[in-house]
Amino acid sequence: MKSAVIVFPGSNCDRDMAVAIEQVTGSKPLMVWHQEHDFPSVDFIALPGGFSYGDYLRCGAISARSHVMDAVVKRAEAGVPTLGVCNGFQILTEAGLLRGALMRNAQLKFVCRDVTLKVENADTSFTNSYNADQEITIPVAHHDGNYFVDDETLARLEGDGQVVFRYSENINGSRNNIAGVTNAKGNILGMMPHPERLVDPALGGKDGRALFESVLASIG
Amino acid sequence: MDINKYEREITPDVVAEHGLTEDEYQRILGALGRAPNMTELGIYSVMWSEHCSYKSSKIHLKKLPTEAPWVICGPGENAGIIDIEDGDAIIFKMESHNHPSYIEPYQGAATGVGGILRDVFTMGARPIANMNALRFGSPDHPKTRHLLAGVVEGIGGYGNCVGVPTVGGETNFDPSYNGNILVNAMNVGLAKADNIFYSAAAGVGNPVVYVGSKTGRDGIHGATMASAEFTEDSEEKRPTVQVGDPFTEKLLIEACLELMATDAIVAIQDMGAAGLTSSSVEMASKGGVGFLLDLDKVPQREEDMLPYEMCLSESQERMLMVLKPGREAEAEAIFKKWELDFAVIGEITTTGHLQLKFGGEIVGDMPIDSLVDDAPEYDRPHTATPKRDNIDVPAPDDMNAAVMKLIGGPNLCSRRWIWEQYDHMVMADTQQRPGGDAAVVRIHGTNKAIAISTDVTPRYCFADPVEGGKQAVAETWRNITAVGATPLAITNCLNFGNPERPEIMGQFVGCLEGLGEACRALDYPVVSGNVSLYNETNGTGILPTPAIGGVGLLKDSSKTASVPFKRDGDMIILIGEIKGELGASLYQREILGEDAGAPPRVDLAVERKNGDFVRGLIQSGAVDTCHDISDGGLIAAIADMAIAGSNGASITLEAAIPIHASLFGEDQARYLIAAPAEAANDIIQKAEAAGVIVASIGMVGGDKITVNAGVVELGLDAVRTRHEGWMPNYMKAAN
Repeated sequence: MKSAVIVFPGSNCDRDMAVAIEQVTGSKPLMVWHQEHDFPSVDFIALPGGFSYGDYLRCGAISARSHVMDAVVKRAEAGVPTLGVCNGFQILTEAGLLRGALMRNAQLKFVCRDVTLKVENADTSFTNSYNADQEITIPVAHHDGNYFVDDETLARLEGDGQVVFRYSENINGSRNNIAGVTNAKGNILGMMPHPERLVDPALGGKDGRALFESVLASIG
Repeated sequence: MDINKYEREITPDVVAEHGLTEDEYQRILGALGRAPNMTELGIYSVMWSEHCSYKSSKIHLKKLPTEAPWVICGPGENAGIIDIEDGDAIIFKMESHNHPSYIEPYQGAATGVGGILRDVFTMGARPIANMNALRFGSPDHPKTRHLLAGVVEGIGGYGNCVGVPTVGGETNFDPSYNGNILVNAMNVGLAKADNIFYSAAAGVGNPVVYVGSKTGRDGIHGATMASAEFTEDSEEKRPTVQVGDPFTEKLLIEACLELMATDAIVAIQDMGAAGLTSSSVEMASKGGVGFLLDLDKVPQREEDMLPYEMCLSESQERMLMVLKPGREAEAEAIFKKWELDFAVIGEITTTGHLQLKFGGEIVGDMPIDSLVDDAPEYDRPHTATPKRDNIDVPAPDDMNAAVMKLIGGPNLCSRRWIWEQYDHMVMADTQQRPGGDAAVVRIHGTNKAIAISTDVTPRYCFADPVEGGKQAVAETWRNITAVGATPLAITNCLNFGNPERPEIMGQFVGCLEGLGEACRALDYPVVSGNVSLYNETNGTGILPTPAIGGVGLLKDSSKTASVPFKRDGDMIILIGEIKGELGASLYQREILGEDAGAPPRVDLAVERKNGDFVRGLIQSGAVDTCHDISDGGLIAAIADMAIAGSNGASITLEAAIPIHASLFGEDQARYLIAAPAEAANDIIQKAEAAGVIVASIGMVGGDKITVNAGVVELGLDAVRTRHEGWMPNYMKAAN
């Protein structure tokens, strides 16, 4: 499986993402710098966490307008599985690939800890290796993870199975405790929790591993 | 711009405003053979300041042990370096940012983190862990909440954004810090032992290059400068606290490491305190060369900046480098890629002087030697702290209530509220997260890990500086041992009051004596450090606070131990002797409201014997549960292990010593371990054979913590609620 990790100025989970992808898929991903206009064909694109452009203006807003995003949008819309984690999720919403927005956490503080997530839809390219309704432990680390969408969109996301991960408690004020959503087609996933941080049991768990195994399985 | 209109007559008042004594001014006249201009006076004042020159502390710091076979670089460079085998080196240092953090807690703390990061990556390391040691005033003081909230947010705001995990630290409260909090930030980085960068400039004619952020007027040494009289334009006054930009720092880290992968750099140094001045003077001094700087080429953020301002600005996220000739374009391309300023601002000369050009004219010309080697050095008078007697400390009225009050109080409660605001997992190598004895961070791509701990017990240092100094070193050593790592070296951050008062200087000298003694006894040298004096408000000093940051190595990170009880039925084993020492204990202070008596004695031979024994058990895989005993004594350690493991404990203690002294005594050199019964018997036999005092004191299990069938009996849920609840409840409450 060929993967690409997109690197923006201020990305800081790019290495973590690359390590996780390599550990699960066995091959090193391509690291693609934000100024590239295009990059070789890949089976999977990951937008890592971090503070791209220092979170200035709005989290993810400047990165969403960088050169490389034209190519990312084109590939994602053509169906390439695309994952955005944390700042990557914020970039995907700012780029219009996912609905909704990530606002400042309701408690107004950065929060870093393990959280329990429920797998709401185990029938996507990112979750087929989990069981439906499985409870998993994945860490969060964010200041702006409070997911907001309007009522109508929320109903559609819920109704169409686009809500993939849900927090088991209200950790940041997200509507319906949404932790991860896909686009209608299901090939683009944005999530605030960091699956790449719990792939190696030495770090306290491996519930993140199945997400990358799912992608690998769906690519075949 | 005509800078002459900003020149002032150097009167005794102007000299005093710069924090220089009349004697020191005479030295400047002697060094220059003429009167300095304002720019030169400013430069001498910062270079000869306590902060840059260590003039009060130098003669005492020289007594500390700084060598061991694994030390690659000791004090004197930007940070200390130790060898962790396989070609890997660990670079680390701790530094204070106390005064700025009191004035503006968010930016003060944030730039403290930024500064210490630069000290580490300037030597060629990728920063891999942040730590800190924080001291605040009484929780009842009206400013404490605001300061705690701001400092924690600032540390998180900077560390989280640069993507370096903040993996641990310590936080204490004491009224002596009411007007002078302590914010000590430590950073640890990983480098290749054969690719380390130093600051000594070399190569006449080589370009001096400025990279990073532009220079503004922030941080110009306002503490000593009544700037109203300096320029007539009051608009130009700026707060003296620097403003950090962690995004730029992240880019700077990546750009510097990218350039360091080439061989274009001759020398590199971050611009920290006293900015461009101290970095160029230090680089020139170490290399025995001169610098000619053209200040017009310095990237500037504000208009009409004067030489004085450019030289003394402490704008953040800046570095100074000497490149090999002809490598400028290659280096510039890297910095442009990361969208950072890059400017050749000068060259190395043979003059041995720092020469400053501005508007085509020389506006400053000072012998480098006079700025560094001729800086004043003082052997200030010091009086030793009178020894305290051992005293009997009475029992509490209600044992259960006393335990609850201690572990649910400000100094022993859970710090979760703090560390959940820090990204402690980014870089995906954090093997033991905050809340344990030491943070454990894996060396990326290997099975090795380093263990890091910051500690000091200022109560002890106040009661007996020598014993307190020893204890601070021993406690980091013990914490590192408790996770199974081999302690290798320390950095320190020596926070004291006004050194011109003999009793404060006595605390400093005493603490250093203890510190040195412990370092020697434990083969645990000092490789870097920082001194912060004048931590006083209205003539009252802080408790002497020599914060220690220790680093150790776990060769096999799968063989480690952690605090939580892990299995029902495990035997609880105490390593070390119960003496019941309650002088200067947390119990005495928090429950009885007193501070009297001698603090616990530190027997370094016993410390070493017990620690080596425990480490051996962990490294052999026989023990996976361990906690050192410190503040709050045995009962506090039991509570930590029970809460973390969600498993109770029943403890039985012999009656030879009053039970409250057994429970709350802070006797040193002690650990609690837990192991299944069969292994436990083996451990006890081995301990006895090794001459280590050992006792089986109880068993893991149940939902209570009990001692001697009812002397203490507390439900674990209630204990957890108090322990976890204090800080969030305190922060929620209004003043």
